[in-house]
Amino acid sequence: MNAKTTLTIDNREVRIEGEKNLLELARKAGIDIPTFCYHSSLSVYGACRLCLVDIEGRGIVTSCSTKPEPGMKIRTHTEEIRGMRKIAVELLLASHEQNCPTCAKNTTCELQKLARKLGVGEVRFKPTLRPQPLDRTSASLVRNPNKCILCGDCVRACAEIQGIGAIDFAGRGANSCVVPAFGKNLDEVECVNCGLCASVCPTGALTPKSEIEAVWKDLDNPEKTVVVQIAPAVRVALGEAFGLEPGKIETGRIVAGLKALGFDQVYDTCFAADLTVLEEATEFIARKTVGEKLPQFTSCCPAWVKYAEQFYPGLLPNLSSCRSPQQMFGSLAKKILPEKLGVKRENLSIVSVMPCTAKKFEAKLDKFRRDGMPDVDHVLTTQEAARMFEEAGIRFRDLAPQSMDMPLGFKTGAGVIFGASGGVTEAALRYAVEKIKGVELDAVDFHEVRGEAGLREAEYNLDGLQIKVAIVHGLANAKKLAEAAARGECAYDFIEVMACPGGCVAGAGQPVSKEPTTRAERTAALYEADKMLQLHKSQDNHLVAECYQKHLGEIGGHKSHELLHTSYRSRRRICGESLSLLDGAQGEKLKVSVCVGTSCFVRGSQKILEALVKHVQENSLENLVDVQATFCFERCGDGPNVRVGETVIGKCDITTAIKAVEEKLAAAKS
Amino acid sequence: MTAATENQTRFRHFAKVCEILSKHDHMPSKLIPILQEVQEEYRYLPQEVLTFVATSLDIPPAQVYGVATFYAHFTLKPKGKYVIRLCDGTACHVRGSNGIHQALLKRLNLTETCNTTPDMLFTVETVSCLGACGLAPVIVINEDVHGQMTPESALKLVDDIFLQENVN
Amino acid sequence: MLKGQNGCATKPINLAKIATDYAAQTKKLARRVVICAGTGCVANGSLKVYRAFVEGIAKAGLPVVTELTGKQGTLVDGILVSRSGCQGFCQMGPLVTVEPDGILYTRVKEKDVAEIIEQTLKRNEVIDRLLFVNPADGKHCHGQNDIPFYTRQHRMVLKACGNVDPEDINEYIRNSGYAAAEKAYVKMTAQSVCEEITFAALRGRGGGGFPTGKKWELTRIQPGEKKYVICNGDEGDPGAFMDRSVMEGNPHSVIEGMMIAALAIGADEGYVYVRAEYPLAVKRIRKAVVEAERLGLLGDDIFDSGKNFRLHVMEGAGAFVCGEETALMASIEGKRGTPRPKPPFPAQSGLWGKPTVINNVETLATVPLIINMGAAEFRRLGTKGSPGTKTFALTGHVANTGLIEVPFGATLREIIFEIGGGIIDDAGKPFPGGFKAVQIGGPSGGCLIEEHLDLPLDFDSLRGVGAMVGSGGLVVMNKNTCMVKMARFFMQFTQNESCGKCVLCREGTKQMLALLDDIIAGEATEETISLLREVALAVQKGSLCGLGKTAPNPVLSTLRNFRAEVEAHIVQKRCPAGQCKALVMPEIIAEKCKGCTACVKKCPVGAISGEVKKPHRIDPEKCIKCGACAQVCKFGAVVGV
Ligand SMILES: Cc1cc2nc3c(=O)[nH]c(=O)nc-3n(C[C@H](O)[C@H](O)[C@H](O)COP(=O)(O)O)c2cc1C
Ligand code: SF4
Ligand code: SF4
Ligand code: FES
Ligand code: FES
Repeated sequence: MNAKTTLTIDNREVRIEGEKNLLELARKAGIDIPTFCYHSSLSVYGACRLCLVDIEGRGIVTSCSTKPEPGMKIRTHTEEIRGMRKIAVELLLASHEQNCPTCAKNTTCELQKLARKLGVGEVRFKPTLRPQPLDRTSASLVRNPNKCILCGDCVRACAEIQGIGAIDFAGRGANSCVVPAFGKNLDEVECVNCGLCASVCPTGALTPKSEIEAVWKDLDNPEKTVVVQIAPAVRVALGEAFGLEPGKIETGRIVAGLKALGFDQVYDTCFAADLTVLEEATEFIARKTVGEKLPQFTSCCPAWVKYAEQFYPGLLPNLSSCRSPQQMFGSLAKKILPEKLGVKRENLSIVSVMPCTAKKFEAKLDKFRRDGMPDVDHVLTTQEAARMFEEAGIRFRDLAPQSMDMPLGFKTGAGVIFGASGGVTEAALRYAVEKIKGVELDAVDFHEVRGEAGLREAEYNLDGLQIKVAIVHGLANAKKLAEAAARGECAYDFIEVMACPGGCVAGAGQPVSKEPTTRAERTAALYEADKMLQLHKSQDNHLVAECYQKHLGEIGGHKSHELLHTSYRSRRRICGESLSLLDGAQGEKLKVSVCVGTSCFVRGSQKILEALVKHVQENSLENLVDVQATFCFERCGDGPNVRVGETVIGKCDITTAIKAVEEKLAAAKS
Repeated sequence: MTAATENQTRFRHFAKVCEILSKHDHMPSKLIPILQEVQEEYRYLPQEVLTFVATSLDIPPAQVYGVATFYAHFTLKPKGKYVIRLCDGTACHVRGSNGIHQALLKRLNLTETCNTTPDMLFTVETVSCLGACGLAPVIVINEDVHGQMTPESALKLVDDIFLQENVN
Repeated sequence: MLKGQNGCATKPINLAKIATDYAAQTKKLARRVVICAGTGCVANGSLKVYRAFVEGIAKAGLPVVTELTGKQGTLVDGILVSRSGCQGFCQMGPLVTVEPDGILYTRVKEKDVAEIIEQTLKRNEVIDRLLFVNPADGKHCHGQNDIPFYTRQHRMVLKACGNVDPEDINEYIRNSGYAAAEKAYVKMTAQSVCEEITFAALRGRGGGGFPTGKKWELTRIQPGEKKYVICNGDEGDPGAFMDRSVMEGNPHSVIEGMMIAALAIGADEGYVYVRAEYPLAVKRIRKAVVEAERLGLLGDDIFDSGKNFRLHVMEGAGAFVCGEETALMASIEGKRGTPRPKPPFPAQSGLWGKPTVINNVETLATVPLIINMGAAEFRRLGTKGSPGTKTFALTGHVANTGLIEVPFGATLREIIFEIGGGIIDDAGKPFPGGFKAVQIGGPSGGCLIEEHLDLPLDFDSLRGVGAMVGSGGLVVMNKNTCMVKMARFFMQFTQNESCGKCVLCREGTKQMLALLDDIIAGEATEETISLLREVALAVQKGSLCGLGKTAPNPVLSTLRNFRAEVEAHIVQKRCPAGQCKALVMPEIIAEKCKGCTACVKKCPVGAISGEVKKPHRIDPEKCIKCGACAQVCKFGAVVGV
């Protein structure tokens, strides 16, 4: 080998091939250097001090932050280094809640693994943990600060990949912690429930919220008929929980396992995905034809939907009004199954197995309830399903595959590829292109929309109709397009957004894998599954067609709108964000809020606010009117915005604002 | 304070915050000077104001909270009218600052964690080195430095403030 | 040529003219009364003294001048009353110097002013009562020239502090201020400046002692248009206040140093990051920047060189760790001040990812001196490896505390006994033979003992004995100091100030503190020391930044130099200095006890027994170490509490 391009690790010569750091290089050479705070897709943090290596002539450095240089002589496990790693883990354990057997991360926790691997036999230090309460407020996640080792992986994931920053470090030194703003609960801040933080968290500090007990309860209840839907991405990952290779398609064994658990019917979310394709593509063609509400954003990722509701309320009309496949399935199932299975609606329990934590949040939204009952009763993650198999003593590997129940278990390949980033777009194209051109597609694969890049785009000329599509994953990538769209500078017609990098296959509900290749293997398996199926286009799903005939009427019609579509609302990012400027008596008051967000501010909203406060004071209206400074109504283009009661007045000025207040007051009086 | 003057104060504060933000061009990199100036205005950093600052700068509130809780000078709780900062740097420590600290806490009925009097008159804190080691031990009351202190002379300063406050 | 913008400077700047104008203007000044307005003296009431002088002189019918406007042609005449930065001898403040007589009055109170005006200003008489008395021989010292505290020093960086009025740029210029900058901008190139500083072998005064010239050169050769210079004025070491004094007393020297650094590396923007606890320094630096901008020394096309340099002043927000360079830059960027791994070094990727030079206040203040005197001359001072002088803040149990400056190579003995005037006891009385240790370099440094007293101090010699120059805090400790408690104190400091980012520092300091607490509380076992050492070494080697890497130093140096004292705490459960409350055990000395039974009555737990008029004894099992017996005993028979 050429000495100019190699270095030695533990006396072995290794070629440098553009690795970012020594850690990656060592991994390539088959040496697993322990880490907590290194994550290949996140920025380097250098805090856990486990990845120490000894470079001849330079001393001990962290391998995660050191670039490989030719000629370096590196040793990765000298006596000194082993000792230091042990001390570091021992120190962490001393400030950690040590109840591993009952921890959600038991056996998958990195701290536990490293303590074992490094041979930490005892903790000689005094325990220093000051127990903090758990945060169970989120529908999707549980935050246990007592298990946090402050590696910052979650913080960087949320900020760098999702562009949100819902959780961050607070305090200093021994008081450092990772919390949402002001130590609020997760459900009070801008967290979108994607669970990325939980999937990078090495310990049990952030974990998906389990609904296992609730599902057992329904299964154990003889009154209930419990049916389950499984999402596309689940079938290519669940096996990993039982030591099978990533990317093995395990649909049959999963069905068998679920049946063994006691589920009455096992269905496929892909059926609903086929529905989604028809509805969403139809919606798109309609919009494209008249040229309005474009670009159309997909709406099947609930994390993205919440993100848009919080940060881009102005774009909500651009979101497809389609429910996610999970919710389409839920409302349809609750509609048709009682009759078909001969159960009372209230005795029908719908469970979904999802690769996702945000689906838990979605299923609990009020808008997805009918007659006081949720459309989807419980959401299990892939991990939870596997755990239930374990609890029931089901030997997954030994199961004999079974097939899904009909009709809701029937799908085409289009529904299956929903699980990968780009899949929704491809499935929609398989329908739309045919529909627009009016001729059958000869090749159903759209390779240009597949792949790993954070933003992918493709352009089609369909008989003169020019269509430009984009696929993004990771909300930080979505943000860029949303910004452009909000400014009206977005050239795309159709944008697929998935919050999780890679799409649902890499969702936070899936078994966590440290192998960098896992994601690609699962994705490949989904496309493989598509190939293996007979049908590849949603429009070819005859059971879907039958469903329209029997229950839904026309695609995009009235009935389907009721069951398969939804609406959105703008959401606060954080509780208590307004700044009350006037304080009179308590009680019902007319709420007047003036937006003082940057763009309204620039347009003089502060003057309006001043005038309003003055007006209220001069006329002694303090007991009737409450003036607040808020931000932002996300209608920055229309600024300055003033909200009087429920009405938002755009391009407002002092006179208009005062007039509106007086009118409302007069109306209230009469 | 009447409701009207209270409202006026609130508004004046708020106008000031807007002014501070504009002065710094709404630049996230100016977060620290912004918080310093906001704190000067309110004498602490109220939560709603921090949220407001975060949104105006277009950065996550959690990040602003993170910065505000990192630096010792920022306080998210209101402090007393007189902030007594006792130096516990090496030199002052060697020369007996701890005795003074204890004496002050005892006199004002405070503890190290609960360090502001209920009437919001006094806050007692320790700081690491005020850089006046030549005069150790040192205490600073608001802006005034007092050197070569003893527990007795420190209590005298407190008593003087009491006197002055009662006169007014 | 007239630069129009907001009444800006006339170009080119003529420093020589400003200086001669100023000299001409002031030549008729009869006398000058300089009142120290450093933080120490202000705290002791020096501003009142200042006002008393201004009013008093006027009342006495003498012409009084308080400001030299520097306007051409106006000839000022009378007695100039001015304020200076810290003169170093804070303990004796407020200090008042009367020039040109060179009289230094100490501990001047408002009520003394009338007397000074009457006797000294009017009648040229010296007031003995206000002079410093040399404790060694009881003689009155006239001024800096015969006070040992000053005569043993070599004041170079600090020279102007205490002479010039820090708020008057003309005075600085008159004392050849900005001449070095002019020389650099007009006659030198970036490269030749770097070479000069490299040849001077100037080493960073911020603690590490890294060669400044090398640092500049590394930054200079980085590609890129945008570069920054940062002055690190975050001085947070408890027990150090050198940088504060320079910023307060001679802010223009720092600005001039930064200008030269900017030229050397090709930067056009700079930041002075000042610790928030230093409001006066912030104020003076801000004012100095405005003045320098007014004269066109900062801004565009400096000295017609085509080079620009703008300076911002940023106030810290109370975090010691922000003295660490990468944390400091994070703080300027508006983030939490946590350090990041190096490399990349600031020279490669610093503020906002641009090449950045970051230097300590004192380092920068030394730069103009080097350019003026020449590197060769500079190297004559100090030692071979560490040329020049170093300021130290001398505090603790020494007679004279204050700010001092000595050439590298001076010994601790000279500093503590000649300049510092020897050891004192807790009551402030001389304590001959009372020297126990000196902590050098603050909480990140180590302690030195008797055997190190004659070691010539410089960067390398100190490192050799496990200590460091650090920021330059020197805390002297007498024999009544318990070294375990001292180590605990420093550990408490670093534990509080740890940013919390990296595991070894955050958790390691916590546990070292707990282990030291065990020792102090008498709960330690034999294992404690080895565990303490094990963690200390891991933290030292493995931490992310300098804070963690140096945090174990006090522990390690205590274990090295005071092993017996530590072991006494553990094995015999005894604190040799008698400072650790849990380990004291009162004992009645039989010979002294008269058997008066006073203590028996006082003991709250009935631990004392004995017959009347016979020696009593204390039952160690029952004793709660409250010390009541010792207080009540009239014969001093109870010892050990
Ligand atoms: C915890 C910590 C605190 C520091 N504090 C200071 C400080 O207050 N002032 C300073 O100049 N350097 C301080 N330093 C050193 C700086 O990181 C940096 O090395 C120095 O400013 C470089 O300037 P110099 O080369 O002129 O010494 C500190 C370093 C550490 C690790
Ligand atoms: S779930 Fe997603 S949005 Fe919420 S905190 Fe975690 S990473 Fe951020
Ligand atoms: S919650 Fe998990 S990922 Fe986040 S800092 Fe703590 S241990 Fe690391
Ligand atoms: S992985 Fe390098 S310090 Fe954590
Ligand atoms: S402040 Fe006056 S001598 Fe130090």
